[in-house]
Amino acid sequence: MSIDLETKKTVKSITEKYKYGFTTKISSDKAPKGLNEDIVKLISGKKKEPKWLLDWRLKAFRTWLKMKEPNWSMVKFPKINYQDSYYYSAPKPKKKLKSLNEVDPAILSTYEKLGIPLEEQKRLAGVAVDYVFDSTSVATTFKEQLSKLGIIFCSFSEAVQKNPELVKKYLGTVIPYTDNYFATLNSAVFSDGSFVYIPPGVRCPMELSTYFRINAENTGQFERTLIIADKDSYVSYLEGCTAPMRDENQLHAACVELITLDNAEIKYSTVQNWYPGDEKGKGGVYNFVTKRGACRGNNSKISWTQVETGSAITWKYPSCILQGDNSVGEFYSVAITNNFQQADTGTKMIHLGKNTKSTIISKGISAGRGQNTYRGLVRMGPKAKDGRNFTQCDSLLIGDRCGAHTVPYIEVKNQSAKVEHEATTSKISDDQMFYCRQRGLDQENAVSLIVNGFCKEVLKELPMEFAVEAQKLLGISLEGSVG
Amino acid sequence: MLKIEGLHVNVEDKKIIQGLDLQIAPGEVHAIMGPNGSGKSTLANVLSGKDGYDVTKGKITFLKKNLFDLEPENRAGEGLFLAFQYPVEIPGVSGMNFLRTTINSIRRYRKQKELDGVNFLKVLREKAKFIKMDEKLIKRSVNTGFSGGEKKRSEILQMSLLEPKLAILDETDSGLDIDALKTVANGVNNLKNKERSFLIITHYQRLLNYIVPDKVHVLSKGKIVKSGDKNLAIELEKKGYEGIM
Repeated sequence: MSIDLETKKTVKSITEKYKYGFTTKISSDKAPKGLNEDIVKLISGKKKEPKWLLDWRLKAFRTWLKMKEPNWSMVKFPKINYQDSYYYSAPKPKKKLKSLNEVDPAILSTYEKLGIPLEEQKRLAGVAVDYVFDSTSVATTFKEQLSKLGIIFCSFSEAVQKNPELVKKYLGTVIPYTDNYFATLNSAVFSDGSFVYIPPGVRCPMELSTYFRINAENTGQFERTLIIADKDSYVSYLEGCTAPMRDENQLHAACVELITLDNAEIKYSTVQNWYPGDEKGKGGVYNFVTKRGACRGNNSKISWTQVETGSAITWKYPSCILQGDNSVGEFYSVAITNNFQQADTGTKMIHLGKNTKSTIISKGISAGRGQNTYRGLVRMGPKAKDGRNFTQCDSLLIGDRCGAHTVPYIEVKNQSAKVEHEATTSKISDDQMFYCRQRGLDQENAVSLIVNGFCKEVLKELPMEFAVEAQKLLGISLEGSVG
Repeated sequence: MLKIEGLHVNVEDKKIIQGLDLQIAPGEVHAIMGPNGSGKSTLANVLSGKDGYDVTKGKITFLKKNLFDLEPENRAGEGLFLAFQYPVEIPGVSGMNFLRTTINSIRRYRKQKELDGVNFLKVLREKAKFIKMDEKLIKRSVNTGFSGGEKKRSEILQMSLLEPKLAILDETDSGLDIDALKTVANGVNNLKNKERSFLIITHYQRLLNYIVPDKVHVLSKGKIVKSGDKNLAIELEKKGYEGIM
């Protein structure tokens, strides 16, 4: 597979800046602007939620009112007016959908522009796709095949209706509604998201995938995802984001909770490409996300892989709580900041059980005036006997106006634990560039090739079809960063 | 093929090349020899288009085109290849991927059909075998952790894949043991044909025992001070640069 050829083709096929900059014309069902208890009730009511969930939302909302926006990260942005945003919008449902033919053709054509025709994806990739369009899921495929295995893969709202006992049992157990400003806000107003349950002993036969898209103007996105892998089960979940071009900043505050029981494994991969703002730093999505997984069971494993190329601001720390003995946490990350993008991202590995292991590989790439911060915590609790962590943080700088920062926190509370931390910072050298150009590559392809090499350890963790998309994105994201 | 007329080059205001003329016809092998600091590598870098060299005067025509109008990648596309004195490491990029990306990039420039995976592998295997390059090396990151000899072999492999019209070898013989030297020379000789020209830059006559040049030039203080046939190189080896100039 020739990465760079693919990248080159893609880059060439993109005539102007942001490829995915278009807005589909679909009438939205919107709640009025602003945020108060009535809006929370409205959201809950629209979804016909049970009382316990409404109460949970309201508790979160009341907690949120007393909280302050965090300011410890390296990112800077103008004050967000939370009252100037819509908190609910959904494509108008015509009727219940059974097949793709019933999906709004405008929505389908949007997917085609993104290069992900549903039919083809279904047939070729064997991926069951739960599309989140704006906030409400409109089509879920392969559901039957999955349900034969007892796998539940549906929108969050549907799970609330059909599997309330599972939702109630696990929701908020990894990220409590009091967790942090943005997670608490999400808990109050989350609109929809995905729900996955893998029953004991089942290995999910396909990659489960969700494509997110912010579509209606001024709509904050508050996705809520909950994935539970019961004993001895396995699932790989893909999350991909592309957003249309727009001028106003958009807040995206999602929550993702993962839970693995004994011997279970969840592999969660993200390619994030929200609108990053223009080259002057105007516009762009604020991506303030809380992602956390709990390895509850012994010998369980959670692996996060992320490729972050979009957003004006990324604030995100996919973490693992390693409760079960011998549980394993992994975090593989590529974060690119170009132009005026800012990223403050990393992970937390909380070792609680015996003989727990974690690996962190972080690759930060800064170009233009981009600022890239790795922030990570490794904590070895008093009972984490023989806990082990390996961390590697590499930063790559392109140009002389960008910045890379590494902020590792290490807390070790028992003698037998081992924690390793390696960090490097490098620049793409003129000699490397010239070498590639002498072999016939133009500047953009040379950068793309070198950057893809730099990120290789992370990219190889992605499922194949995602890896290709990610490699393309790296090239696109760094357009105009040299020369 | 290549015509250099009255070339003057400064590096950070220091005059390095001062009035150099050179003409290479298709199919010819030229050797440029000279002491350290005579401007040999500068010439190679100016020809291939590296930044940081200030051409103050002169003209270079390559295949009837003004070379200075072409970006480095387009010079490569036109058929100019430089085998580097110090090949650069590119961590994480496998040789396989690098070679295929470059070969297809150049084929696109030349309006040739790109090679698909199968055909590329076929060509690669054949060429690699000829210059005795271990396939394992090609699977590793480009030049990363290679020995001196391995790096030079890899340069020759790239040269044979990219099929240049003019190949410049910048001290390719330095750091090679005698067996590697023979393999490299063998690789070059095999690529010789009546259209392809070579410019071999070297300190020593040694390499020229294996690659016989049509013309030998002695470079000193940025000028060609003496030209001759292969015997000039032998004379140089005996008398040293001092004895000749």
